[in-house]
Amino acid sequence: MLSQRFIESMVGLFILLAIISLSILAFKVSGLTTLFPEKNYTVTAAFDEIAGLKPRAPVKIGGVQIGEVSSITLDRMTFKAIVKLAILSQYNDIPDDSSAGIFTAGLLGDNYIAITPMYSKNFLHEGSQIEMTRSAMVLEKLIGQLIYKLGNSSNTSNDNGESNAKK
Amino acid sequence: MPYIMFLGQWGINHLRQLGKAGLLLAGVLFHRPRIRRGFPLIVQQVYSEGVLSLSVIIVASLFIGMVLALQGYHTLSKFGASQELGPLVALSVSRELGPVVTAILFAGRAGSAVTAEIGLMKATEQLSSMEMMAVDPLRRVISPRFWGGFISMPLLTLIFNATAIYGSYLVGVKWLGVDGGIFWANMQSSVEFHADILNGVIKSMIFGIAVIWIAVFQGYFAVPTSAGIASATTRSVVYASLAILGLDFILTAMMIGSW
Repeated sequence: MLSQRFIESMVGLFILLAIISLSILAFKVSGLTTLFPEKNYTVTAAFDEIAGLKPRAPVKIGGVQIGEVSSITLDRMTFKAIVKLAILSQYNDIPDDSSAGIFTAGLLGDNYIAITPMYSKNFLHEGSQIEMTRSAMVLEKLIGQLIYKLGNSSNTSNDNGESNAKK
Repeated sequence: MPYIMFLGQWGINHLRQLGKAGLLLAGVLFHRPRIRRGFPLIVQQVYSEGVLSLSVIIVASLFIGMVLALQGYHTLSKFGASQELGPLVALSVSRELGPVVTAILFAGRAGSAVTAEIGLMKATEQLSSMEMMAVDPLRRVISPRFWGGFISMPLLTLIFNATAIYGSYLVGVKWLGVDGGIFWANMQSSVEFHADILNGVIKSMIFGIAVIWIAVFQGYFAVPTSAGIASATTRSVVYASLAILGLDFILTAMMIGSW
């Protein structure tokens, strides 16, 4: 018969091991950082077309991540997508006339937002809006335009191509 | 006509069993807890159901993680996507394999032991002699085993998940040469703590209840002969495994909205 002390200490070790596993799963595997949120400020940008952009998509300047997309809503008046960007507070010197564009990582990768800095002396701050935006490229639209152009350049009008382009 | 009668008998018998199981569970859940005297009993059961299952769980999870990495790498590298090995392993382990395989191993390792133990207690009339001594066997024997299993299952699942992912790291990064930074970074960007890991833990809790409930019930209502205990132990493992797989489908269907 094992002593109660031994059993209790083994159970204690067992629970400790489970807690260690949970913290490995939380921090190493799922990259949980919301427990200790980093300080950030929110700016908005209105896009005509966001394609596959999702919340938590990265926001980058020159390929370096400086924040993430916090929410995406639709403006009911202009029917533009209002994207809220949470930018880390340490990057508080981004000129306020910078432009934001939606790009795709690789040919079929996820969308991200790239901010191209300009030369204003005023900086983006909490609540400010990025005026210059560039919409996402939608692959189907590009193919449609390409077919339309090909159809125009060679005078044999391609019905299929034109109908695609009008969409 | 006799066939219909047979069918009716079968149905009534099974419903009666279900009712008995429900009453047993209610008896375990809704009696006044006694912390001072109940706690050491539960700790003892966590030891015999959880700690002693640890070796099985760790060995199984290490090999499952390693074989997942091997299989995943060979398929993914055909599409030039071997950097997605981390998400593949982490998602499949934390969502499905972790809870399900742990629960099935738990049913085989701990559930069968609980059934056999309670069945033997019944066969040797320990349970009825406890009643003679005014000790409620439900409190003294059944309840600690139930809570012990309920506590052990999620803990075992967490350990299983972590070890399986580490096993896949060993094979994927150390042996097959996927870049370690990419392995972890891609995993972190696609695994979410709430939607994937916590849902897996919730699954494992429900599986834990199912396994230990079936084990306790089969033991408590076993036919008190050696053949009866043998068939009760078999049924405990078989029913528990089937219940786990069925419940897993239902739970996944309920959770899939958040993925």
